[in-house]
Amino acid sequence: MEGSGVVTVYGNGALTETTKKSSPFSVKVGLAQMLRGGVIMDVVNAEQARIAEEAGACAVMALERVPADIRAQGGVARMSDPQLIKEIKQAVTIPVMAKARIGHFVEAQILEAIGIDYVDESEVLTLADEDNHINKHNFRIPFVCGCRNLGEALRRIREGAAMIRTKGEAGTGNIIEAVRHVRSVLGDIRVLANMDDDEVFTFSKKIAAPYDLVMQTKQLGRLPVVQFAAGGVATPADAALMMQLGCDGVFVGSGVFKSGDPAKRARAIVQAVTHYSDPEVLAEVSCGLGEAMVGLNLTDHNVERFANRSE
Amino acid sequence: MAVVGVLALQGSFNEHIAALRRLGVKGVEIRKPEQLLTVNSLIIPGGESTTMAKLAEAFNLFPALREFVQMGKPVWGTCAGLIFLANEATGQKTGGQELVGGLDCTVHRNFFGSQIQSFETELLVPELVSKEGGPETFRGVFIRAPGILNVGPDVQVLADYPVPSDQVLSSDSSVEGKKENAEEANKVIVAVRQGNILATAFHPELTADTRWHSYFLKMGSLVEKEASSSIVPEQVTQVSTSFKQPLQHDLPIFQ
Repeated sequence: MEGSGVVTVYGNGALTETTKKSSPFSVKVGLAQMLRGGVIMDVVNAEQARIAEEAGACAVMALERVPADIRAQGGVARMSDPQLIKEIKQAVTIPVMAKARIGHFVEAQILEAIGIDYVDESEVLTLADEDNHINKHNFRIPFVCGCRNLGEALRRIREGAAMIRTKGEAGTGNIIEAVRHVRSVLGDIRVLANMDDDEVFTFSKKIAAPYDLVMQTKQLGRLPVVQFAAGGVATPADAALMMQLGCDGVFVGSGVFKSGDPAKRARAIVQAVTHYSDPEVLAEVSCGLGEAMVGLNLTDHNVERFANRSE
Repeated sequence: MAVVGVLALQGSFNEHIAALRRLGVKGVEIRKPEQLLTVNSLIIPGGESTTMAKLAEAFNLFPALREFVQMGKPVWGTCAGLIFLANEATGQKTGGQELVGGLDCTVHRNFFGSQIQSFETELLVPELVSKEGGPETFRGVFIRAPGILNVGPDVQVLADYPVPSDQVLSSDSSVEGKKENAEEANKVIVAVRQGNILATAFHPELTADTRWHSYFLKMGSLVEKEASSSIVPEQVTQVSTSFKQPLQHDLPIFQ
């Protein structure tokens, strides 16, 4: 490969703008910034994508099976059929995201070729590489990656992720893991912010994250990219909880289309994210939503922890 | 000191508030119609215009927004905000979306295509430079950006961008009308002003350059002078039932 043995230089060749080959990190993060305060919903066909758009989702995630079904049916979960993703893309005007397996850079290349807006390198799909994630600097499309703690988040950002989400525990309708991960990331940032500069070296080593990004996080007082919550959001209250904890937005997977009245619930979750700190609005939108998705208890031994699949 | 309202339904409202803060101006989040009464100028940020339209509809913001624009108070829309302010928009979702209107132009939603066609470029901005000084160009960040296809006679064009006629077409062939426009014009308008309405297709809030914000604030102060004796709107209770507002930290600006 080019420049063999040389550590990646950021903004490398930034002056050759006209080649249109490179996509600056600002543009990659830019779309994530436009999604802030919004809800991204998992959809499996064009019809669901339209329901999500009508409800006010700021983007949709195109999938073959929602996480709850992946759990129930088992087997290997892969990238969706590009045909399906194209159909969904044609049905809506909002951004369309799609999932690729962790480490499966060819799936990501295919998603880039069909002009998807964002790739989710997701632990919900079966792993393709146990050790390595995709080198996301090689792509012009932006990536979102999951994390359980600060170290994992910063490792993904160093690999080129332009947006971070918590892993939570997808397809369970149980918010506990997402809360754990958000608290872990934000708690560590609060500790870091109060740390002496001399201690940051050892802290970086401890969380196994690149020193420069740890230092940047310390100075900003937040992750240097947009941070969403994901995994287990099933009600408007769950979504508002994530926002009040300090996330920039929310992913809803099985929570919408595995519930009794998807259109109504989707709308309620979107409104709850906008008015997350206003309990009166939250109460109003939470009324009469029909049945929520069936939840899974994580103490049950049959429940696989997707979040622990990658580091 | 004047406060500027920032429509905070969804999108880059935090970035706008941060940019205003760099200029020493306070930005307040506007989520409900009654909150509009407390401000004299408004920024409609970037984001997903369909999402913002749905939320504005759900909380009955459209009548208040239209009134705000008609009163001649300064309003600035970036990206999705530009779509909001346009009198006409093409390339919308099935069933269309509600607009605030007021700006006499036709906007094409997602003119530049999807994320892979998003880009940044140095734009020539003569009007801005004549008022605010600084470098000849402005770093325009275009994220799934709209383009202005045509404008009415009262609209002043502040910036445009050359479109290689083959580039736009590949993105979405299903949208009729785009082809002819791209070919005959070869230039798409990306920033306009009509009276007290300012609109940009790109995102000045994502850059460190605050000249557009300062330009907008000056539009605001002009109006304040004219109507200084007008009734001060009664301080509507700022819906302070807010339980937990996480400390807002700003994202870095990527150069």
